[in-house]
Amino acid sequence: MKNMSSNNTKHINRRAFLRNTTLAGGGLVIGFNLIQSCKPKVVKEAVIDLANLDYMDFNAFIKIAENGAVTIFSPNPEIGQGVKTSMPMIIAEELDVAWNMVHVEQAALDTKSFVRQVAGGSQSIRHGWDALRQTGAKAKHMLVQAAANRWGVDASTCSVSEGIITNANGETLGYGDIVKEAALLEVPEEVTLKSPKEYKIMGKDAPNVDLDEIVTGKPLFGLDYKVDGMLYASVLRPPAFGQELVSFDDSDARKMAGVVDIITIGAKLRAYLEKDNRFRSKISPSDKVVVIAKTTWEAMQAKKAIKATWEAKGTLESTEEHDNILNGILDGNDFVTQRTDGNVKKAFAEADDILERTYESPFLPHNCMEPMNFYAHVTDDKVHLAGPIQTPEWKAGLVAQMLERDPEEIQMDMTRMGGGFGRRLFGDFVVEAAEISDAIRKPVQVVSSREDDMTTGVYRPAIKYRIKAGVKDGKVTAYHLKEASINDSMYGLIPNFFPAGAIENYQVDTAAHKSEITTGAWRAPFTNFLASAEQSFFDELAEMMDVDKIQLRLDLLQKVKGTTDERIQYSPERMEEVIKVAVEKSGWGTKPKNVYQGFVNYYCHNTHVAEVADVEIENGEPVIKKITCVVDCGIVVNPTGALNQIEGGVIDGVGHAMYGDYIFKDGKPLANNYDRYKLIRMKEAPEVETHLIQNEFSPTGLGEPTLPPAGGAIANALKAATGNRFYKQPYTKNPELLKVPEKEIIG
Amino acid sequence: MPTYQIRVNGEDRTVDVSSDTPLLWVLRDHIGLVGTKFGCGIGQCGACTVHVDGVAMRSCSATVELAQDREITTIEGLSEDGTHPVQEAWKTIDVPQCGYCQAGQIMTAAAFLESNPNPSENDIENAMHGNICRCATYSRIKKAVKLAAENMD
Repeated sequence: MKNMSSNNTKHINRRAFLRNTTLAGGGLVIGFNLIQSCKPKVVKEAVIDLANLDYMDFNAFIKIAENGAVTIFSPNPEIGQGVKTSMPMIIAEELDVAWNMVHVEQAALDTKSFVRQVAGGSQSIRHGWDALRQTGAKAKHMLVQAAANRWGVDASTCSVSEGIITNANGETLGYGDIVKEAALLEVPEEVTLKSPKEYKIMGKDAPNVDLDEIVTGKPLFGLDYKVDGMLYASVLRPPAFGQELVSFDDSDARKMAGVVDIITIGAKLRAYLEKDNRFRSKISPSDKVVVIAKTTWEAMQAKKAIKATWEAKGTLESTEEHDNILNGILDGNDFVTQRTDGNVKKAFAEADDILERTYESPFLPHNCMEPMNFYAHVTDDKVHLAGPIQTPEWKAGLVAQMLERDPEEIQMDMTRMGGGFGRRLFGDFVVEAAEISDAIRKPVQVVSSREDDMTTGVYRPAIKYRIKAGVKDGKVTAYHLKEASINDSMYGLIPNFFPAGAIENYQVDTAAHKSEITTGAWRAPFTNFLASAEQSFFDELAEMMDVDKIQLRLDLLQKVKGTTDERIQYSPERMEEVIKVAVEKSGWGTKPKNVYQGFVNYYCHNTHVAEVADVEIENGEPVIKKITCVVDCGIVVNPTGALNQIEGGVIDGVGHAMYGDYIFKDGKPLANNYDRYKLIRMKEAPEVETHLIQNEFSPTGLGEPTLPPAGGAIANALKAATGNRFYKQPYTKNPELLKVPEKEIIG
Repeated sequence: MPTYQIRVNGEDRTVDVSSDTPLLWVLRDHIGLVGTKFGCGIGQCGACTVHVDGVAMRSCSATVELAQDREITTIEGLSEDGTHPVQEAWKTIDVPQCGYCQAGQIMTAAAFLESNPNPSENDIENAMHGNICRCATYSRIKKAVKLAAENMD
């Protein structure tokens, strides 16, 4: 490990991916580590190769070297949300070390040492906030105590700055000098945490800890994971949802170059699904044909040569049929009520005016840039899994049950992920890799082609909302939202988001149609379209009521102030603030005549957001020029990372609302690659101007909350520009609606 | 299978692959240079961009046969130590989120700036439009290309 070459761009040694790490605590741990060298980037003068020092174990999160350098293990999976940088920053802050002396490594799944090793729901920072601060502060406390013991002084007379402990006589000890003694002390029950004003690391920009490796092409991601003797597997899955394998002819494929074996999998998965059906909507239970080859390309090519026959028990589904089914649900009365306040029926009967509108969204594939993949090596001794997964604990447990192995025998290592967006929550590819390696007992990596990835997804389900509001004496007195969706319904606290609590008679009903098409979470599940629907509706409601659009929202929020309803987690005060700042910063209502604006305020994933979209007319067409985004996420741990998440979320929201469409016919999606599926690109991406609310509330996540408002903001701005309301995503679906009236062009 | 001589990052390499094997997979699976990424396999996303005789090319759509007797540069060979002006700009601006597409973005930008050292914003948008970033780091990519152009003067 000490002699590993770093920055060698010409010869990548595959063995370097497997690293032996000697721990001071005794024993030899075979660790998976893709990071060959990791100098801190904040201070460029640092020349110490922090990755290759001898570190002594302190606790599960922290190792300290003699020179005071610190390795911090980042517990949660990194999907691009930046937690591999921000979570260690929180520990380093309370530990009181210099950030340029911190080396970060991705922790493996370790259910004994860590809790909630999950990337999902924008919750890593929010859930980790107290535990990470405590971890750093308790370690610091023990280090100071050890120094005080050696000096024979009271620990309270010592001070710490950047890993150097100083006593009243001016004597100093570094963390590295005292770490062995400190590790033997008892962990304190309670420690004092810093106040935000004392922060030295948090609140300052810390570039991505993997930045050097990313820009030089070092192996980091799942597909970069290679071990000697590893084979590649390409899986032939049913081409249409609902189909199952009948028979196949692999005689041509077997003759092809590099092919090692061709097998079928599925029996073990089905046996597992019989015991636990919760995973059923995430994976096809059919047998699948697997080509195992020496290289990725050979596996993919041979798969194309397999002639398979598939059969469906029922009729194959289509978007057209789903449209009718979902409309039927909305017209009917068969719903589950998620929340009800007052009496909407009575309030509608007494209303002066009623507005009712229906909003529609399609299935969406996730399209992580790194196609789905996973490594598995099943032997008699253990099951080694490695790769990009948002839910390592869930999948390790699932594999243990499916293969009937002791959970202790599962080793799960996490690589950096080329995007997650919810797709890597489900781990159908982990299950497949495990079943394949279990059959062949060799190290194998399952690799999806883009076509596999897109056509066998775990999609955002198609959803329709019907929203009805009643107005009496100039006030909104009733609000009724119905959701008709494929497979899953909105969950958790979503029915209690704004405007819950703001309208006396309020009801949210849901109903789902079971489909063979696999569906699941997609960045900001449900709210990713619900926000567009509701916030477009408010715009139209304000027009019907002939009141100011912003004022309508502010008036509604007043009723929520001081609520005792614990299900309501959004803060009307914090919502009011983001609204007011957005009005000011976006120049709302003061723009030149050729700038058409749309407004949205939203709360999800514990974060309050307001966005204003600016649309201008260029060459007779509306162009989304800019989004002003105001965010209240409490304390901002890492501003550069936060701004990146915010901008990315906004542009992702714009892109999918404008272009994202995924149509099924005969059980198959019509698009299978980027030639027929449009993702937003640089020219279409608007400028994003971000304003962060400064306060000292505990931090909340940013991976998702700025995405949902974007679709509504542009819908409202496009209405201002074209005069048309956009009830159906993607907004480019009907080009007629995007035509700008002649007078507007001249104006 | 036929044997091919290719020159990657200044070194001659011999690979034993079928003639239709894309350069991408030769680099990744045969030579072990995994910095060049697999994204779509049809030349639509730009994640696999390398330089062939200094020109940005999609390595998923170029066969090993075509790559013979040409000078191939991958992200690993763009500079000795990650200090190419485009790499430096990417670090200064802290561009990546997930980071997967960034090698392709950097290779596209580096070849573009060689041919157009003083690009307008419009030039940058046109040059980078073929590279998808699913995390949508587009505004930072644009800033980094501008910064690299300034630093290459």
